[in-house]
Amino acid sequence: MPLVTVRNLHKAFGDHVVLTDVNLDVAEGSVTVLIGPSGSGKTTLLRCLNGLSHPQRGLVTIGDVTVDYSSHPNRRELAALRAQSGMVFQAHHLFPHRTALENLTEGPIHAQKEPVASARARGHALLEQVGLSDKADAYPSELSGGQQQRVGIARALALRPRLILFDEPTSALDPETVGDVLTVMRDLADQGWTMVVVTHEIRFAEQVADHVAFLDGGLIVEEGTPRQVLTEPCEVRTRQFLRRVLDPLSRVPDQGRP
Amino acid sequence: MDASTWELLLHAVGPLLLGAIVGTIPLAVLSFVAGLVIALAVALARLSPVKVLRRFAGGYISVIRGTPLLVQLYIIFFALPSLGVVIDPFPSAVIAFSMNVGGYAAEAIRGSILAVPRGQWEAASTVGLSYATTLRRVVLPQALRVAVPPLSNTFISLVKDTSLASSIMVTELLRRAQEIAAPSYEFLALYSLAAVIYWVICTALSFAQQRLEQRLGRYVTT
Repeated sequence: MPLVTVRNLHKAFGDHVVLTDVNLDVAEGSVTVLIGPSGSGKTTLLRCLNGLSHPQRGLVTIGDVTVDYSSHPNRRELAALRAQSGMVFQAHHLFPHRTALENLTEGPIHAQKEPVASARARGHALLEQVGLSDKADAYPSELSGGQQQRVGIARALALRPRLILFDEPTSALDPETVGDVLTVMRDLADQGWTMVVVTHEIRFAEQVADHVAFLDGGLIVEEGTPRQVLTEPCEVRTRQFLRRVLDPLSRVPDQGRP
Repeated sequence: MDASTWELLLHAVGPLLLGAIVGTIPLAVLSFVAGLVIALAVALARLSPVKVLRRFAGGYISVIRGTPLLVQLYIIFFALPSLGVVIDPFPSAVIAFSMNVGGYAAEAIRGSILAVPRGQWEAASTVGLSYATTLRRVVLPQALRVAVPPLSNTFISLVKDTSLASSIMVTELLRRAQEIAAPSYEFLALYSLAAVIYWVICTALSFAQQRLEQRLGRYVTT
């Protein structure tokens, strides 16, 4: 029984279809990587897993919480779904007026009602885990991009969620800090965290993912093990996408895509 | 100015300052605090997904900004008694001024809330914060930094607008000046003295605003 099941997710803005009948299973303790061109719907799919995006219909189940989007879930139902996961954003979205440690303890103290001392102790341990034990009292503006993103990861972990959602966590970073963030993510995978990752880091997907799904035009075009999807893709669109991402200078003429 | 004018001024400084301390300043502070509460409620109503609330808030702002403050003050003090509602001068002034601040500051607060990036709301919801907690702990502290300049303007205007309360017999700074000037005919001297005191108060407030902005901006890189 998977930890996450997505059934028939459908979202459109007017005539523009973002997701078409998307199904996805995420096994507990697995790393699922969503890849695809921009506008393929991968970020929207991720955001449907915690109710930040509201599809017109479809079912999302995480653990024992199910949201049926076609029945217009209310704020409380969405909050219950959201409480199952932590999220790491592309632009980190740390709270700029709170220190690194305060960013970590905000949810545990003010949403989960954890005692302050215990939340702070866990916060310090998590900062150490992401290699930032000396930055507890730093404001986000005093940290580098890679450090900010590692605080973002620690903030998600501090919630003790069932799984962590990553929305292009390295896309906004300087190249030399990408490795620090990916290393932290690989460590989390090794520790058995369930992760769903939207990324363009194909090497990361090859090395860390258990399951890869390639999206294009709001559809999961192909999914399977990293080997199946990344090394021996069956679909033309997957092959074209991988060629563009892995070797941007080789401008092989595309069929059907601009 | 001759010596008797100077002497009158010297004797007027005390009563005028007292008028500022027991009249102008409490009137301005009370009205501003109550006005901010109204303004926050109106701003949130304007941002609400509920259409009725948005309409009501829009109507309130329109009426407050579209009518003179002096007329609002007269309605509360001189007109409401004909409906059986009799309110003393000082509370009448507080009601009129706070409703007025509520209309003007609402737009400043709404703008400052909108200036907080959407990602902050999303991040707050993913760490589990409720709407109220998100406002209190994430959005409003950041919005405040944006809101300080326009709200300071509102407060400084309010300090000067409290002089309108002299027309409904609130003994504040200008009323004291009128009371001393009328029998002596020293209008120039006394109204100038009143102007100087208003100016000193407003200058002090501008200075406080700068300090506050520095303090609130401390976590922002420059």
